[in-house]
Amino acid sequence: MTEATGGIEMEEDTSGKVKKFLYVNRKAPYGTIYALESLEVVLIAAAFDQDVSLAFLDDGVYQVVKGQHTKGIDVKNFSPTYRALEGYDIEKLYVEKESMEARGLKESDFIVPMKIIGAQEMAGLMQSQDVVLSF
Amino acid sequence: MPITVAGKTIETDEEGYLSNRTDWNEEVAKEMAKVDNCDLSQNHWEVINFLREYYDEYQIAPAVRVLTKAIGKKLGPDKGNSKYLYELFPYGPAKQACKYAGLPKPTGCV
Amino acid sequence: MLHTVNKSPTERNALDSCLKHLTKGAAVLLIEDGVYGALKGTSTTKTVEQALKSHPIYALYPDIEARGMQDRVIDGIKLVDYNGFVDLVAEHANVQAWL
Repeated sequence: MTEATGGIEMEEDTSGKVKKFLYVNRKAPYGTIYALESLEVVLIAAAFDQDVSLAFLDDGVYQVVKGQHTKGIDVKNFSPTYRALEGYDIEKLYVEKESMEARGLKESDFIVPMKIIGAQEMAGLMQSQDVVLSF
Repeated sequence: MPITVAGKTIETDEEGYLSNRTDWNEEVAKEMAKVDNCDLSQNHWEVINFLREYYDEYQIAPAVRVLTKAIGKKLGPDKGNSKYLYELFPYGPAKQACKYAGLPKPTGCV
Repeated sequence: MLHTVNKSPTERNALDSCLKHLTKGAAVLLIEDGVYGALKGTSTTKTVEQALKSHPIYALYPDIEARGMQDRVIDGIKLVDYNGFVDLVAEHANVQAWL
């Protein structure tokens, strides 16, 4: 991909159908590379103007918790980047209620507004996608 | 590929982006622009400073589409369009301006 | 013996297994994603609090802070920095890492 794909005045390729993409995030940040890799794929793929949703469940809910300070472990704190997603027109962010509660977290603990949904609704969200990418 | 600014050697990667973001200052930006035969005007600085603020807040360099939209929001539609930004930064606003701003190459640019 | 755990208790059973294998005088140090085992109000809190009655449990503060968990640590778990980590290793005759 080059910069040209993102140029807003470039001719739009209208031949492709918009598909529903869901990124499923299930891993805690920093201990493994999954969370950061997922975020990078989301940002890169945002250029393709698809219908994107992000789901955070199991330990993935830890990715979007406020108050992360990573100086002490000398790793980049990528949690502020979730706040940039709105500018990339990615506004459908879901947290699974059961996962959140099992970790003692509540809606106000997240760095961006999240839609809190139950496992059953999450299952329906997954079911309704064209493409599910799991991290 | 190190560059020399005011007698100090500063490391960059093979494409000229700073290896260490904290090495940045305005003189570094001017030196990088000189290599590209680009004289930095007030309009250039406006974009460079915007990018630095964006990075501080979000920890990424924005994609060009996002940059264009955000510049439009902050500086008005005269500046928030591809034509204006490509005229300022012919190598690509995100790539070239990010380099002068001392940021890494935007995620998703080859 | 010092036991280190670096996996989240809600992702792997390393912490659970570790806590079942503690002998007299053993201590536990939670590091990396293992620090999620040090938190209040989670599905694993009770097990950890139970173990805390008979064994000292430590957590590496830089890992707690990186994950934004600084206000959620169970009372009684001691926070250590990297020097404290080294001290713990030096104080114990042997170390077992639960991966």
